[in-house]
Formats: sequence, C-alpha cells, structure tokens
Amino acid sequence: MHEPESHEGAPGVTAPGPESDPGHDHIHPAPGWFLTRYIFASDHKVIGIQFLFSGLIFFLVGGMLAMALRWQLAWPWKPMPILSRLLWAEPSLGYQMPPEFYNKLFTMHATIMIFFVIIPLLTGGFGNFLIPLMIGARDMAFPKLNMLSYWFMPPAMVLITYSFFVEGGSAEAGWTSYPPLAFARWATPGSLNGQTLWLLSLLFAGISSILGSINYITTIVMLRAPGMKLFRMPMTVWAMFITAILQAFALPVLTSALIMQTLDRVAGTNFFSPVGLTVANAPPVVGGGGPILYQHLFWFYSHPAVYVMILPAMGMVSDIIATFSRKPLFGYKPMVCAIAGIAGLGFIVWGHHMFQSGMNPALGATFMMSTMLIALPSAIKVFNWLGTMWGGRIQFTAAMLNAVGFVSMFIIGGLSGIFMAASPVDIHIHDTYFIVGHIHYVLFGGSTFAIFAAIHYWFPKIFGRMMNERLGMIHFFLTFIFFNGTFYLMHIVGMHGHPRRIADPTVYSYLQGAGVIGMNQFMTVNAFLLGFTQLIFVFNFLYSLAAGPKASENPWHANTLEWTTSSPPAHYNFERIPVVLHAPYEYSVPGVDEDFLPQTKPFPGGQRLEPAHS
Amino acid sequence: MDTATMAHTNVAEHASDASPLLLHQFDDVHQQSESSILGMWLFLATEVMFFGGLLTAFAVYRLLNPREIALASQNLNVPLGCVNTMVLLVSSLTMALAVRASQLGRRKDVVRMLLLTMIFGTMFLVVKGFEWRADYHENLIPWINFEVPHHQAEEVHELGLVPAKMELFFIMYFFMTGLHALHLIIGIVMLAIMAHLVHRNWFSGSGAVQIEVAGLYWHFIDIVWVFLYPLLYLISAH
Repeated sequence: MHEPESHEGAPGVTAPGPESDPGHDHIHPAPGWFLTRYIFASDHKVIGIQFLFSGLIFFLVGGMLAMALRWQLAWPWKPMPILSRLLWAEPSLGYQMPPEFYNKLFTMHATIMIFFVIIPLLTGGFGNFLIPLMIGARDMAFPKLNMLSYWFMPPAMVLITYSFFVEGGSAEAGWTSYPPLAFARWATPGSLNGQTLWLLSLLFAGISSILGSINYITTIVMLRAPGMKLFRMPMTVWAMFITAILQAFALPVLTSALIMQTLDRVAGTNFFSPVGLTVANAPPVVGGGGPILYQHLFWFYSHPAVYVMILPAMGMVSDIIATFSRKPLFGYKPMVCAIAGIAGLGFIVWGHHMFQSGMNPALGATFMMSTMLIALPSAIKVFNWLGTMWGGRIQFTAAMLNAVGFVSMFIIGGLSGIFMAASPVDIHIHDTYFIVGHIHYVLFGGSTFAIFAAIHYWFPKIFGRMMNERLGMIHFFLTFIFFNGTFYLMHIVGMHGHPRRIADPTVYSYLQGAGVIGMNQFMTVNAFLLGFTQLIFVFNFLYSLAAGPKASENPWHANTLEWTTSSPPAHYNFERIPVVLHAPYEYSVPGVDEDFLPQTKPFPGGQRLEPAHS
Repeated sequence: MDTATMAHTNVAEHASDASPLLLHQFDDVHQQSESSILGMWLFLATEVMFFGGLLTAFAVYRLLNPREIALASQNLNVPLGCVNTMVLLVSSLTMALAVRASQLGRRKDVVRMLLLTMIFGTMFLVVKGFEWRADYHENLIPWINFEVPHHQAEEVHELGLVPAKMELFFIMYFFMTGLHALHLIIGIVMLAIMAHLVHRNWFSGSGAVQIEVAGLYWHFIDIVWVFLYPLLYLISAH
C-alpha cells in the first residue's frame, strides 16, 4: 500500500508525487495590506506571534514587580534605589514603600504572570502557531474568531495597566480577589477603583481564552491532514487539545463569578456579601450572599487553570525531549492518557485550596484523595520522560537543557504539591512561603522553563532564524542556578511559619532571627540576579530575530509536520497538504539512513507498525 | 497508506475545485459546514458552563435560605411566566421549521419561519418587559426600590426572616432573566440578519448550514428559559 507514496524527496519535504497537480490545492495569497497582514491578521501564525510578543513584554513587567516585592522582604522599609524617589516622594517617611503598595505588587505580579504571560504564551502563542502546522492544516477552523480572541487581549492589557494610575491604585486583594476584601470599597485603597478595572480586565482576558479554546478544539477535531489519526498527533497537539477542553468548560464559570463580583461592586448587588457586613466604618451593606461561594466558583476555574498552565508545557517538552534524545517517546499512549487523567481529575480537586475556609472536613478528605490521585498521572509522565532520555543519544541544545530543567524542577514542584494536598500538613503550611515556593517551582521551574525550551526549539520555525546556542546555554545555566537560589529557601522559611502576603515579616519575633532574615536577603539577591540573567535571553532573542543565521527547514531533524515546510512557513503553511504515514516519534528507525523519519516519509521496505485497519 | 485515506484525499481535491465559497483551510464544503456546527456546539458548551455557574450560585442560596427564597418567589407572576414559556417553545418549533425549509431549499418558507420566530422572541421580551414594569411598581427592584411586599411583611416578621435574603432572590432573578433577555436580543438580531441574507439570496443554496447554526443557538436560549422558569417561578408552588 505504500507504493504510490514512496517518493525519494529530500528529507522533510512533501515532494509532489506523480499524480499531483499544484492547481488542485487552492491556496490563498497572504493579505497585502499592512493592517490586515500584521495587525488585524487572521493568519494563525501572525496571531501566535502577537500573543508571543505581548506575553514576553508582560513577562518583563511581571518580573520587575517581583523584584520590587523581594526588595521589601529582604530589607523592609528601606528605600528602594531609584524607584523610591520616583514613586513615594515623601521624605518624612524616609521614602519607604507604603504597605498597600506591597499588596499591589504581589496582586499584580500574580495576575500578570498568570493571565497575561503564562496562559497567553502557552495557549495563545504556541497553541496558535503550532496547532495548524502540526496537524497539517492551512489555518485554524475560524480565523476571524481567532483574530477576535487576540483582540480581546489589548483591552485587558490596557485596563490592567491603567489600573495602576487610578485613584487608590491597582487592585490589592490578591490574584484570587476574595470577597469581602475585594468588593468593600473602603477596605483598602486598591479596592476603590483598581479592583473594578482588575475584574473587567480579567473578563476580557477570559473571553479571549474561551474563544481561542473553541477554535482549537474545532481545528483539531476537523482539520487534521489525511492520515493524521488522533493517535498520530504530536504530544503538543494532544496537550493543547485537552487544555482547550479544560478552558472551554472551566473558564465560563470564572466569567460568571467575575461578572457577579463586578455587579457587587458597581450595581449594588449582594451576591457575595454577608448580611450587615461593614468595613472601615462604612455603612453596613444589605448583604445576604455567600463569600465562600465565590471561592468555590473561582477555584472551579482556577484550579483547572493551573493545569492550563502546565499541560501545554508538558506536551511541548515531550516533543523536545524525544527529538533531542533521538528516540521514540517512551509510552506515547500512556502519556496521552496521563494528560487526560490530569485534566479530568483537575475538575474535582478545587476544594484543596479551601481547606482553611471552614469547609466540612469530610469534604476536605474527599478533595485530599482526589488531589493525591493526580500524583499518579504526573508520575507516569515524569517516568516516561526519563524513559525517553534513557539510552538515547542526547543532544544538549539550549532547548533540551530547558526541557530537562522543566522535568527536574517539576518533580520538586509536584512533590511539594503532595505536601499541601494532605489537609493536616496543609493546615500548618497554608498561606506561608511554602506554597509560594511550590507555585514557583511549578510555574517558573515548570511552565517557564518549558516556554524557554519551546522558544529555543521553535524560534527557527517561527522567525526563520536560529538563536545563538552558546548564549542560550549560558542563559539556561544562570537561570537554573538563580531560580533555585530564589525559590528553594522559600520552602524552609515557609515551614518556619513565614506568612505570605505580608509586607514586613520581622513584625513577628520568630521571624527576626538572623537565619530567616539572611535567607530572605539571599533569596532577594538571587531574584535580582535571576532578573538580570533574563537580559541575556532578551538580547539573544532580539539579536537572533534581526541577525541570526538563516534556519533551514528542519534544523533539529525532527519528525513532526511543521518541520516539513519552509522556515518561516508561507501564509498557506503547506504547498500541498501533507499526507501523514505514521506516528511522530520514529527516531533512529533501523534501516533508515538518517536517525529520523518525518511523518510524511514511509517506513523502509513497506514495513508498518500499526495494524492495517487502524 | 490505507484506502480510506486515499479516498479522503481524492474527495478533498475534487471538491475543492467545486465551491468558490470554500475557505482555504478546509478540504471541502462538508468539512467546512461540520466545523461550523461543531464550533457552535462548543460555544454552547461554554454557555452551559456559564449559566451553570449562576445556577449553582442560585442553588446554594436556595439551600442556605430556603424560606426567604420561597417567599420572595411567590411575588412572581406564574401565569405570565407560563405564557412566556409557551411562546418560547413555539418559537423553537418555527425555528426548527426554518431549518427544515432551508434544507429543502424553500427560501420563501425560510424567511417566513425566521420572521415568525423573531416575532415570538419579541413577544417574549414584551411580556417580560411588562413583568419587570410590574415589579418596579411593586417595589421589588433590588438597590433601587426594594422593600418587602406589604402582604408578606407580617409573615417575614413572625418567622424572623431576613429581608436581605429575599432581596437576594430578586438580584438572582433580574440577573438571570436579564442575561437570558440579552441572549434573546442577540438571537433576534442574528435571525434578522439571516432572514435578510436569505431573502437577498446571498447564500449559495438557502443557507442551510448557517440557519442550522443559528437554530442551535436559538434552541439553547429556549432551554435556558426552560430551566429558569421552574427554578425561579415554581419553587414554592404547591
């Protein structure tokens, strides 16, 4: 059955067979007008790049907020260099940071990193760019909807940035925005106007993600190239698919909760305010609603959101590790099932954020069990990554190093997660720096290393130029060292009872010891070094964008479909829609001259690995 | 490569010549229409979850404050709500007939049925508007003029109920029926555009896919009401 397709074309090129006629596949030219080509573009690649750039810019903003946070923790109330004189021109107070500004810092750092960096980069950036290319489609199913999903982001970005400058400043109720703090207008300066803008901004960002997820699911279900069966899809596509399902089914619940809280603030409804609540001598509200209800609705989305931030990273890392180990991915189908398992369990674990909210302990035990179950699929994934690398001819490129960094840091983040899943342990470490350490091992050590890996890996495909490997490696090693220097000690001070979300830990006598203060200062120094290390990445990114060596079609000798087309791909992605012949991880196949076998190239000698009917 | 895939490719290449309306990311018109319908189903799934969040909130309030919610609910006009339910169900029938007519290619019938659907939808909104106006006159609008109705004041006092929790019922009532009305208005505008385009013969054929997708949305609005009516109007009926 392979004979009609066995062409001898160059590796990675869908060589036209004898029966082909270029006129058959209708190809639309790229729009000529600048605005429709680069700004209001409906091309998934341009939209992906838009998400990539806006995400990276907000990454810098979020990172700088974090450094200001760390300054205050290490040297409480000491004036910050430069910033203090600009922002708090109050010499009588010694230019010190106002405590409510510290609240704004941690609130906005988390909000920006979660809703404007990690989610848009992973699903918006890489999801958009990679899904159609990896399944062999010319574009998303609904390009206009795709454009709309990007253009819901700028209003969100403008609102969240503008909120810093309104009376009272930006929101400061934490990224979780729990009532009653979040709706009582006089509870704190940030609750005055900033909180409303925060809510509107998140509504926009949420709608953007919902529209995107509808598009991703439809595209993956409907637009796969001939022969691209579900179990021939690369892990990246599988992860994006399951992530999109998570978003489509969980995000609308957050939307309803956010709308209700917005109405509580602007229209005087009482969805989340208890009867007769009074804050800061304001007249008591009528009330009648339930503050805990908000927490349920919020975490019903925001726990799946944690997996929205890690599953695409897992998918991309799986592809990168297989490519650079020159070995088939160990346990492809278990990997898919594990992602689906994590996503499925992700819907029934949200209560583990609320062990301390006065929930029924029996319910807490249920959530504890379901949360611990997530360790199983996660462990399957980790062992399969190790199994993929085991015995492979590993190429330590910058992308691979970051991917391996992801795996090792995810293990630490995952294990500390099990600590908190156990409600007796959680009662001790709840709201301490232990959880801050955990979340950063998962979101920085996990997702962000995966984003670095993905950028190094797909940069040649996205921009047609190679990134500098040496700079990439230096960036990785320094980031890895300073990352651990910053976040590892958080577990220790957390176990010691260091609360999070507090501007000055030294108000507690047990936190005044030289050990805790020293660790805080050590973490801050590392955080600043971590921040400055990113300048290497910025330089490498921008320099390679302008003057990197031109990339070939398939610089990494990878198998998936995006490497069978030009770098960067033309507007129509593929001159001819590729025909997929096998799964994406056929590396080092015996009998093949090269150590890779693109999905469009048949096995040698007509051998097949799948039963004929499948 | 197996024969099924080959056949698929051939069909795709054949069909792509046929229709000028095919967007370049699709193999053929069939795939394009299937995608539209799947996309709408997914959108409706997100809508179900959205209303699901609200209904969950309502269920929680109902469980926490059963007597207040039941008492407040007695102020709604059950007969008018019943009429409105009928009206909306009939509109779903005419919508289904419009979809059928478009599949059979009867353009005049399509326009006629879409207009009827829009009329029923508007009727629903008019009745709803009268209900809201009556609520205003009875001082039932939260935050603006809410007070416990006189005939219930004694009962509230005797049972020691909290008026704020009765007000909460009306917050949920106006929020959910308001959102439903918003969806309905969007639906009516969408059907007006569809009817206009079918009338102008803008679609190749009679827009069977587009009308079907619009129909899915319309039926969804209908189903939301089918949930809202018993939850809001009938919870204290005996």
